[in-house]
Amino acid sequence: MKVLVAVKRVIDYNVKIRVKADHSDVDLTNVKMAMNPFCEIAVEEAVRLKEKGIASEIVAVTVGPKAAQEQLRTALALGADRAIHVATDERVESLAVAKLLKRVADEEQPQLVILGKQAIDTDNNQTGQMLAALTGWGQGTFASKVDVKDGTVDVTREIDGGLQTVALKLPAVVTTDLRLNEPRYAKLPDIMKAKKKPLDTKTPEELGVDIASKVSLLQAEAPAERKGGIKVGSVDELLDKLKNEAKVIS
Amino acid sequence: MSILILADHHDGHLASATAHVVTAAQQIGGDIDILIAGQDVQGVAEQAAKLDGVARVRVADNPVYAHQLAEPLADLLVVLADDYSHVLASSSTTGKNVLPRLAALKDVAAISDILDVVSADTFKRPIYAGNAIATVQSADPLKVITVRGTAFDAAGETGSATIEAVDAVIDNALSSFVDERLEQSERPELSAARVVISGGRGMGNGENFKLLDGIADKLGAAIGASRAAVDAGFVPNDMQVGQTGKIVAPELYIAVGISGAIQHLAGMKDSKVIVAINKDEEAPIFQVADYGLVGDLFQVLPELEGKF
Ligand SMILES: Cc1cc2nc3c(=O)[nH]c(=O)nc-3n(C[C@H](O)[C@H](O)[C@H](O)COP(=O)(O)OP(=O)(O)OC[C@H]3O[C@@H](n4cnc5c(N)ncnc54)[C@H](O)[C@@H]3O)c2cc1C
Ligand SMILES: Nc1ncnc2c1ncn2[C@@H]1O[C@H](COP(=O)(O)O)[C@@H](O)[C@H]1O
Repeated sequence: MKVLVAVKRVIDYNVKIRVKADHSDVDLTNVKMAMNPFCEIAVEEAVRLKEKGIASEIVAVTVGPKAAQEQLRTALALGADRAIHVATDERVESLAVAKLLKRVADEEQPQLVILGKQAIDTDNNQTGQMLAALTGWGQGTFASKVDVKDGTVDVTREIDGGLQTVALKLPAVVTTDLRLNEPRYAKLPDIMKAKKKPLDTKTPEELGVDIASKVSLLQAEAPAERKGGIKVGSVDELLDKLKNEAKVIS
Repeated sequence: MSILILADHHDGHLASATAHVVTAAQQIGGDIDILIAGQDVQGVAEQAAKLDGVARVRVADNPVYAHQLAEPLADLLVVLADDYSHVLASSSTTGKNVLPRLAALKDVAAISDILDVVSADTFKRPIYAGNAIATVQSADPLKVITVRGTAFDAAGETGSATIEAVDAVIDNALSSFVDERLEQSERPELSAARVVISGGRGMGNGENFKLLDGIADKLGAAIGASRAAVDAGFVPNDMQVGQTGKIVAPELYIAVGISGAIQHLAGMKDSKVIVAINKDEEAPIFQVADYGLVGDLFQVLPELEGKF
């Protein structure tokens, strides 16, 4: 079966972002970018399905600027067979990404689409659910285990109270949580080979999707900073402070 | 304006998160209805009817909703949503699972995890692990929103809303429930506890988390963990606090053997008082801690338990 994987270019997870002086947005100039960590887990899961002989072909897709092709090349180096770049320099919200992915899914007819549960820039946690809605497929979000069967997939989900397993009819959408797998690193020869793998570019217009969002960003501000506290020298001092200064214990 | 809230509940109990969502709804303004979807949920409906400011509790009692699967819940909300300007849910795993699906079915955006209501169409929400707060305005006819419970007080419980059955019948051929492994705990819920004590990789193994038990017992605390502690298998996933886990804002948060990565801070830095216990005096957690104690947790914790 064919597996579609959606990968997003985001800031590196180690980077602490700052807002622009005019509060119009966050400042991304000269910030290190990388594949969204949850998307790395999505690619890894697809590659493991291929290694198990379950997936026959892996197609990686991204929506974003030209530079996002770097993340597609990473996906190709990790084991994706082909890549599709939906090129735009606009800010694309989750709903529009889902619509674009829906069009790609219409063309590619995958049995499984794997996305990250959340992009660590917008922290939306929406796109997979929206894609499932638009395709009319079932959704296995926050997956910590994916077990493909004949015509169905069992997905174990990380939920607030523990774990839940659901069975979905294929085709289906899965979004990855942290415990699904531990992504591998790309090896140098694979990075070289990835340069020759096919990468198609399309535009939102070619896919017939209007990417304009009805939600506008009015401003971005820095969160309230916590005042630096003090170091205490002993357990006794700590307890004294908690009782008599902070008054949070009695 | 009229607002529909999808309630969270389990085992016949309304989750405390829903009372916080009601407060967000009150700030938006307008009539507030609560939807209880599930199986044998009459008792939950009665609890929801007490929440202040709620006009109607709508009850969809049917086995198809028993496990809160996204597909039938979103379809049900699509049927009901036409009567409302806003649909809200808490940022629980159910809210996050269902509401974006509803939004796409209605061809509107979803707004995740709001912290503040500026007006009926403008909200604040954290982005980049809470390192920036975005103010966003929606021009969509229907606003579909998840609410960060810790950012809003709980509504009171002196109300008496009417309870009505919803008769829409939804079937679900896309997904089915297989099983659930829920963690049993006598302790308060992480997101609702007055005190949270969390352990990180520094705890060394799962057995050592018992060192937190005695303290948690004395303080009536919930126990949390860092991602590293969960990934290492020390404790289950539902204990993860952070950007991609649970968000907590207790009166007192005690971080033990946790370095203070931005992803962890994103989940706890709105706590009123933060205590950090770490043997590395350079650990970033000390930058947000009100009281830092540099020391070996294996010495500090037993002493702390004895003296609390
Ligand atoms: C996409 C993504 C999402 C993430 N989401 C989350 C999230 O939601 N929540 C989260 O927590 N993390 C999250 N992380 C992980 C985060 O980046 C850190 O790796 C993690 O928080 C580190 O956990 P830790 O502090 O327990 O471990 P470490 O960073 O290894 O720190 C262990 C600390 O214990 C101290 N220590 C060791 N032994 C002792 C001792 N005997 N006594 C006292 N102190 C001791 C050490 O000095 C050290 O500071 C995420 C990462 C990514 C990439
Ligand atoms: N621009 C994009 N291009 C490709 N995939 C995306 C994009 N935005 C979001 N996704 C996918 O959707 C997941 C969740 O993102 P979000 O819903 O925005 O938090 C990501 O981990 C990706 O798998």
